[in-house]
Amino acid sequence: MTLSTFKRLLFTILCLSVYSFGFASDAKASEKDGEFNAKDMIMHHVKDAYGMHILTLNEGKADEKHITIPLPVILYTDNGFTTFMSSEFHHDYHGEVVVEKNGNRFVNVHEKIYQLNDGETQVQLDEEGHPTNASVPLDISVTRNVFMMWVSVIVLLLLFFSAARRYKKSENNVPSGVASFVEPLIVFVRDEIAKPMIGEHKYKKYMPYLLTVFFFIWLNNIFGLIPILNGANLSGNIAFTMVLAIFTFIITTVSGNKNYWKHIFWMPGVPVPMKIFLMPIEIIGIFTKPISLMIRLFANITAGHIIILALMSLIFIFKSVAVAPVSVAFALFIGIIEIVVTAIQAYIFTVLSALYFGMATEEAHH
Amino acid sequence: MDLIKPGFGLVFWTVVTFIILLILLRKFAWKPILGAVSEREEGIKEALASAENARKEMENLKADNERILQEARTERESMLKEAREIKEKTIARAETEAQERANKIIEKAQAAIESEKKAAMAELKNHVADLSIEIAEKVVRAELSNKDRQLGLVEDMLDETKLN
Repeated sequence: MTLSTFKRLLFTILCLSVYSFGFASDAKASEKDGEFNAKDMIMHHVKDAYGMHILTLNEGKADEKHITIPLPVILYTDNGFTTFMSSEFHHDYHGEVVVEKNGNRFVNVHEKIYQLNDGETQVQLDEEGHPTNASVPLDISVTRNVFMMWVSVIVLLLLFFSAARRYKKSENNVPSGVASFVEPLIVFVRDEIAKPMIGEHKYKKYMPYLLTVFFFIWLNNIFGLIPILNGANLSGNIAFTMVLAIFTFIITTVSGNKNYWKHIFWMPGVPVPMKIFLMPIEIIGIFTKPISLMIRLFANITAGHIIILALMSLIFIFKSVAVAPVSVAFALFIGIIEIVVTAIQAYIFTVLSALYFGMATEEAHH
Repeated sequence: MDLIKPGFGLVFWTVVTFIILLILLRKFAWKPILGAVSEREEGIKEALASAENARKEMENLKADNERILQEARTERESMLKEAREIKEKTIARAETEAQERANKIIEKAQAAIESEKKAAMAELKNHVADLSIEIAEKVVRAELSNKDRQLGLVEDMLDETKLN
């Protein structure tokens, strides 16, 4: 056994124990140009991708083999919808493999599909790695984040449907089995989030949304920490957090009563100049609230992933196994914090949503 | 795909998925679960309230029992007292009646004795009168025949009278 294979083996074991199979191959993939690029590796890990990469066998050798769950790529171009499996790119994301469908040519450049301009057969990249002779088609592909989202939906539906069935079966509504596991959580959302934030009389209307958001975020946060799911970072994706924040924004705005709008446009109880001064601030506040929701969840989850990956990258940056124990120790520490963060961030998102609903429906008390 | 630029595909799928998830969970999970939980909580509240009521009722019953017992006790006491009084009264009345009757009997007896005595006295008086008249007759007769004899007769008579 040569020293380098020993190092690699040791490293792989450490990766297995702390983060993921995929991480090692990502690291290796980023090493193709000779130098290890921590930023590339981390970004590939944190961002979305077209296939679910599980692991790489015989890495760096002639018979290198990637084990990937191919996912459908769905594009809308001038020639209508184009659909093909992500496996057609053969794990390439450097724009080298050109897929020709429906008379259009597509390349995958850093997990973003570009449509080559008419007549072009090869993608041209500028100095920053952006294609110069291609455009971005409308892309509604089932990426790994979409895939993991659906997995989480299936898990949620199975979990809560079976819990609901437990109540139907029992004669006196006594929870049993999975119901006794989820009931405290549901009651927690109701008694600790909805009731105090919205109020005893109005909370019921918002319960389905708050519960769905809470469990949806929490489960996807947890999925992001499971190594074998390799980079399922849905709740650390700004598109996901943006959609949820927009839902909260829409519900808040729709349920806003007279008192709520009065507080925004003509703050009661302060002198007129102050009213005028406060109006623009309050109007901006309508939008900063959901934006803060969006950024908070995205940044917290993504930051956790980046920290763990960066700690592991130290081994490659220093090119020394000696760094491994330190990296592993710190990554483990952050990993444990991240487990707590999964629940905290789901809780915070739900609490703040409930708080905004409560503000929107609060009755005048002046 | 950029880190801080939301990708359209994921936005699209998140909207679709989240709405479907929300509708499905709302209809088939949250409604039955929350309904069951609140139903059970209502049931517990009701059970507690009825238990409290039962407890109060028990207390009332207990108090009632205590009161009834107390009443019964006082009644018994009063009855006993009454009975004692009646007994005493009866005894007293019987005693006085007996006394009265005895007195009457004694009085009657005394009256009878008195009347007997009177009758006896009257008879004695009559007898004495008869004897006196007899003696006087004999004395008168003897006196009429012989002075000595008459005297002796009187003496005899007197002796006889004494003997009588």
